Amino acid sequence: MAKPTPTAGVSTRAPASQRSRTAEMLQHAKAMGKTIEVAIDGSPIAVPLGTSILEAAGQLGIRIPTLCYHEDLCLAGVCRVCVVEIEGQRTLQAACSYPISSPINVKTHTSKVRRARRHIIDLLLSSHVGECYTCSRNQSCELRELAAEYGVDFFRFGHVQKPRYEIDASSHAVVRDMNKCVLCRRCIRTCIDLQEVGVLEALYRGNRSKVGTFLDRPLADVVCINCGQCINRCPTGALRANDPTDEVWDAIDDPRKHVLIQTAPSPRAAIGECFGLEPGHAVTFELNTALRRCGFDRVFDTDFSADLTIIEEGVELLLRLKRALVDGDASVALPQFTSCSPGWVKYVEHFYPERLAHLSSAKSPQQMFGALLKTYYAQINELDPRDIVTVALMPCSAKKFECNRPEMCASGHKDIDYGLTTRELAKMIHEAGIDLLKLPKSGFDDPFGTATGSGVIFGATGGVMEAALRTVVELVTGLKIEKLFDHADVIPVRGFEGIRYAELPISQIGPVPELVAHLFDNWDFLKDVTLKVGVAHGTANAKRVMEDIKAGGRFSQCHFIEFMACPGGCLGGGGQPSPTSPAIRAARA
Amino acid sequence: MTFGEIEPGAGLKSALARPPADVLARIDASGLRGRGGAGFPTSLKWELAQKSKGDKKYVICNADEGEPGTFKDRVILGDFADMVFEGMTIAAVAIGARHGIVYLRAEYTYLRGHLEAVLQRRRENNLLGENICGREGFDFDIEVHMGAGSYVCGEETALIESLEGQRGEPRNRPPFPIDTGYLGNPTTVNNVETFAWAVCILAKGADWFKRLGTEKSTGHKLFSVSGDCRRPGVYDLPLGITVAELLAEVGGEDAKAVQVGGAAGQCIPRRDFQRGIAYEDIPTGGSIIVFGPGRDMLRVAKNFLEFFIDESCGQCTPCREGAPRLLEGIEMLHRGDCSMTYLDELCSLGETMQLASKCGLGQTAPSTFLSVVQNFRDEILGRTGGN
Amino acid sequence: MLLTERERLHDELAELVTRYGRDRSSLLFILQEVQRRHYHISQYAMQVIADLLDIHPVEVHSVVSFYSFLDERPQGQFVIRLCRTITCDMAGKDHVARQLENDLGIKFGETTPDGKFSLDWANCLGMCDRGPALLVNQQVHTQVTPEKVHGILQECRQTFGVHATSDGRETRT
Repeated sequence: MAKPTPTAGVSTRAPASQRSRTAEMLQHAKAMGKTIEVAIDGSPIAVPLGTSILEAAGQLGIRIPTLCYHEDLCLAGVCRVCVVEIEGQRTLQAACSYPISSPINVKTHTSKVRRARRHIIDLLLSSHVGECYTCSRNQSCELRELAAEYGVDFFRFGHVQKPRYEIDASSHAVVRDMNKCVLCRRCIRTCIDLQEVGVLEALYRGNRSKVGTFLDRPLADVVCINCGQCINRCPTGALRANDPTDEVWDAIDDPRKHVLIQTAPSPRAAIGECFGLEPGHAVTFELNTALRRCGFDRVFDTDFSADLTIIEEGVELLLRLKRALVDGDASVALPQFTSCSPGWVKYVEHFYPERLAHLSSAKSPQQMFGALLKTYYAQINELDPRDIVTVALMPCSAKKFECNRPEMCASGHKDIDYGLTTRELAKMIHEAGIDLLKLPKSGFDDPFGTATGSGVIFGATGGVMEAALRTVVELVTGLKIEKLFDHADVIPVRGFEGIRYAELPISQIGPVPELVAHLFDNWDFLKDVTLKVGVAHGTANAKRVMEDIKAGGRFSQCHFIEFMACPGGCLGGGGQPSPTSPAIRAARA
Repeated sequence: MTFGEIEPGAGLKSALARPPADVLARIDASGLRGRGGAGFPTSLKWELAQKSKGDKKYVICNADEGEPGTFKDRVILGDFADMVFEGMTIAAVAIGARHGIVYLRAEYTYLRGHLEAVLQRRRENNLLGENICGREGFDFDIEVHMGAGSYVCGEETALIESLEGQRGEPRNRPPFPIDTGYLGNPTTVNNVETFAWAVCILAKGADWFKRLGTEKSTGHKLFSVSGDCRRPGVYDLPLGITVAELLAEVGGEDAKAVQVGGAAGQCIPRRDFQRGIAYEDIPTGGSIIVFGPGRDMLRVAKNFLEFFIDESCGQCTPCREGAPRLLEGIEMLHRGDCSMTYLDELCSLGETMQLASKCGLGQTAPSTFLSVVQNFRDEILGRTGGN
Repeated sequence: MLLTERERLHDELAELVTRYGRDRSSLLFILQEVQRRHYHISQYAMQVIADLLDIHPVEVHSVVSFYSFLDERPQGQFVIRLCRTITCDMAGKDHVARQLENDLGIKFGETTPDGKFSLDWANCLGMCDRGPALLVNQQVHTQVTPEKVHGILQECRQTFGVHATSDGRETRT
């Protein structure tokens, strides 16, 4: 693949019709510092030229309902739910995509506007197949909320009962039920513009239009990386994760089965949102109690195997460095890439297969833990691995695919039997009648109950890199990383910026801990080496870095790069509760 | 036809003889409005494009004539292609463009060879290319781009999307093409006929043009006349002409209704035949379809709705979902099982489509339904099913 | 598809991309040319074009599926498009349609088993003063009656070679 030719200053990847056409004007105007006075529902406000009516109204505390609009995505202006009246204009305008460029007088809830919104909601319902009772999103459906808000009490224009499309459950990660799709195109903008993966696009036209894949193939047969970001942004139940909770319950109910669960830090920080908590309240220890009450035999902390991953990846990096620096082996694949994000791994497989050797050979924490449980744990507890059922609570839909990869069974058994998302576990807890927030706290089970805490930061973008750096620095120099930087929190790999780069000089060697001392006779080759590392989250950013490497840019000089498929890292994973936004993801960190 | 009376090259010569501001002033004085149907003042569009910052500007000729009942652009391109290109060149003078594109609908592919030949001849005669007509630094050339079968691409932003290799989905506006058009550059998109009239105005003057028509709708207009009349074809008539006068001209005096403006237009019943065809009364892009006494107006409305359902781009809710609901309503009326309450609800829905759709297609899709329901109640209500 | 055929198609597409430019705005040109030469845009062609223009295959499919003159499935060498819009409807397009179906032995939306003819509807062809109208590839026929249908089809069958090259189409041999 060659570099895309830029069109009008924007990547050719994005379908122009869904690209924001206002951003340019906005930046331009802001640079000039020009503001403009408008009135919304009679209240005056001065806003920078190019601000959308929706934003301006928001600043005044006026809520305009939206559906296709999403904070993370470029503008579409297609659902028309947010229409408003502008004095002097014949037609209504979509508030989300109307940039203010003259002193207008806006009315957000005139009878015209209300009737139009009501009709639009009625129309959406008229072609939305599905009963709320049986829908996975019945508690969080934006269409249902809109219908309630606008007092829809009957199907004014009818209601289709017969499904038009077959449900696509081919993927281990994402299930598509296009009968529930309202064509807001958030998934398209997520897949093509936000993630730049390019699986979903609008097909056909008129009333035959639908969201589809290349040649309408099942999701398992196209280049979907299972990141599940489309699920997080779907306003209805048209997209959901492939849900194995029935199988998990069956295993729990089976007295012969020993059911083990590991929980990752990100779902623990977010599951409270499914129980009414504001984002950012971790309920790790209440969750442990809940899981035991659900019937899991043991509850483990993925942080433990995160430590293992870090040590393995760190050591692997040292080995690669030695081969490159000492042995002069030019075939060593550097920079080394992290391999713990299964969405990222699949992205490399599809889009940069020539770079597979760069991926760390270390399994992800989820899979390492599974392998341990079916071997070491089985042994010490005198259990037949066949009777052990391993479940992983992950913020991720791609983890469901990962645990089903045929190669993930080194012990002869599937490392992990089932991957649960945050949402699915919340459902299980609800189903079991457990009031999570009122539960007493309890700890993790041993062995594996203790972890360094490195893993806790795995959830945020840059976390793996930080942990790896700490490990490598401490292994090589015997110093705490804080010695190199004034304060641990200023480590430049932290933060939410899409792409980050850092350099870390290694000024002294040793004392090297016994654990790794045997690796090399002489560790001096690392002296005065400046470790160069990078971090990217979201596959669009990952793509930038990969193209930079291909072009011989500064990332090609890196030794180690952390990639996370999801924007914000695991905190913003495709298995996390809906809705999602930059503010919500930041709160979870 | 008036176009035949204009001396070739006179318009361009006149345009090159004066500063661009004068060209704009002349067009402005003529009151010329877009001949595609929307009736936007041509001089204003060109002036905005001229003022817009950008070193690469485009003049696009919208030859995606898809409105049912319209075929005048086909005739113009067939008989007066030179004039259209001359008009585009004048627009280039006015706004400072160097690139012209004709977006020709796929259905007219057979015209392409002819157009390319005319373009080639113009290049040879220094009417296109570099230093046109010997004027130093005035470079302008025109390419023909083909459509691929989509009515909505007649909408200017959809047309630009299509030129950019995208689905023909109308964009959010603003920004308008005069600021952010083809490949992000300032672009003016005008109808085939508009360019031809611009040539006439430059050649003969604004007053000559204004001598006909009404105050708000100056000049002549080409009408494509079809349906139940004795003399269908293209007519060159002054704007403001009443429906009855037009019918007398074309031999359709016994009509029970006339569709003015194509599928996107209005269905005018006999009692309104004294109304004038002009932007301020019954606007049109030139499509006139005559319905004789025996025509079933429900069938007419059905045909138009089926057209819109097939040609809608499908992105916005009111158009994508609204038109099929209206069609279902027609089918109910046909079967004779539509209540008055539901019919009123559908009319209200039609109004919502007019107000809330993203582009002109969705905004005009319900108009025939609405005018048929309004004007032919006795004919469409209380049917007893079947045929 | 034979490997050599694939290679040939690949080279052909690469040549088209070179001619029109390696840019998204060339997409429609390329697709139209492929449609003209091969009577459809195959899955393989869509993938190659996407690869050459550095866009996603689904984006190419999305565009192909949007336009009515671009086809995912092979069309006959003669695509007959009968106008179904109002004036042609009023002028009796139903009878012409019926006769076309009878004479070709296929329904609208289908292609004859020998791959010669495809039958499809068109929206307004801009021949309203002379309806019913139909297009045979790029050639327009007006004031078509059921009786004239046979002649139009015969003309296609007899002048196959001439006709196929006269509008630039290449034969499959």
